[in-house]
Amino acid sequence: MPSDEYLQGIYYIQGRDFVDAGIVSSEIKKSLKDKGIPESIIRRVAVITFEAEVNMISYSEQGTIQLFIEPDAITIQADDIGQGIEDIELAQQEGYSTADDSIRELGFGAGMGLANIKKYSDIFEITSNPGDGAHLKSVVKL
Amino acid sequence: MTLETLVEKLELKCKCCWEKLKTTEIKGGYAGDLLSDVMANSKEGSIWVTRQVHLNIVAVASLKEHAGIVIVQGATPDKDTVEKATREGVPIMVSELTEFELVGRIYQLLQNG
Amino acid sequence: MKLSEIRDILDAKVIVGEDKLDLEITTAFGADLMSDVLAFARSGCLLITGLSNPQSVRTAYALDIAAILVCRGKSLTDKFVEISQELNIPILWTRYIMFEVCGMLYKEGLTGCVTQIQDSEDKQIA
Repeated sequence: MPSDEYLQGIYYIQGRDFVDAGIVSSEIKKSLKDKGIPESIIRRVAVITFEAEVNMISYSEQGTIQLFIEPDAITIQADDIGQGIEDIELAQQEGYSTADDSIRELGFGAGMGLANIKKYSDIFEITSNPGDGAHLKSVVKL
Repeated sequence: MTLETLVEKLELKCKCCWEKLKTTEIKGGYAGDLLSDVMANSKEGSIWVTRQVHLNIVAVASLKEHAGIVIVQGATPDKDTVEKATREGVPIMVSELTEFELVGRIYQLLQNG
Repeated sequence: MKLSEIRDILDAKVIVGEDKLDLEITTAFGADLMSDVLAFARSGCLLITGLSNPQSVRTAYALDIAAILVCRGKSLTDKFVEISQELNIPILWTRYIMFEVCGMLYKEGLTGCVTQIQDSEDKQIA
């Protein structure tokens, strides 16, 4: 994780709170726009945080997303407490999903979440202890 | 237009129920990924264009008596989905095109008879 | 094609963005699954969707999508409209189903913002 001097914001996410899903992504996007970060970079960060947020809402009790802006990179660190991920390899495969219908009717749960995050990250790391929670780090280089 | 013509003209890959392509007539179309909407709005004899791949799509298509399902954007139907579709006699086809492009082309084919 | 023409073709109501009807749109992406939109849609396109919850607006915002067309006559909540105004995303609303919407707009010359989905190492979202 980058040092605290680069910490831009911490966002709290409540599990199963589907109504506001995406709000953190919108807020992060707004704050990056104010900083004059290039648009194509902002779009990638917005997609990454959106999917991380939806994952937390769908599969955790609660979690945080931390945003770091360093001179040469933006880092998104997402940590949650909850069921975690049973098989991390499998979870990253496009199309693999354990979503229920409530998630699908919301427009998510098609098994693209982690695949999307990976697709738009320059560096992508994920760890999980099933039953404990999941930790995801995504870096987008500037 | 029959399913067979559709498969040929749009280079779809058929995953099951080949025997029904020649005889199944397409009466219209429906596009969408929310199963409750499909249940509510789609019509019998329609070709259903979707990005969903899980098992439940077969039940919906079978219940609403769709002509068949086309899965778009290069997505692969789950193994269970194809097995169930085979049992229920619901043809499943796949396309690399996006929903918008594929529907645009099907719409034109249907309009031109 | 101008947003106002899209409105006319589809007999659509302008819910948000009366002042943006001159916006020029050339591409479209149709989907109810927002992860697909996040994966494949491009900035500047028209998002055609039957998902009328705040997530479709937030998805459009994340990608700089030009406007959203809500189809199938799906009812819109106050919250949906509020967020669209806040994020400045034009919303059109039509009773036509997505199949008809895509068909009619394709016929009038809009193209998909991506045609085929391919494996790509390209991380840019154009």
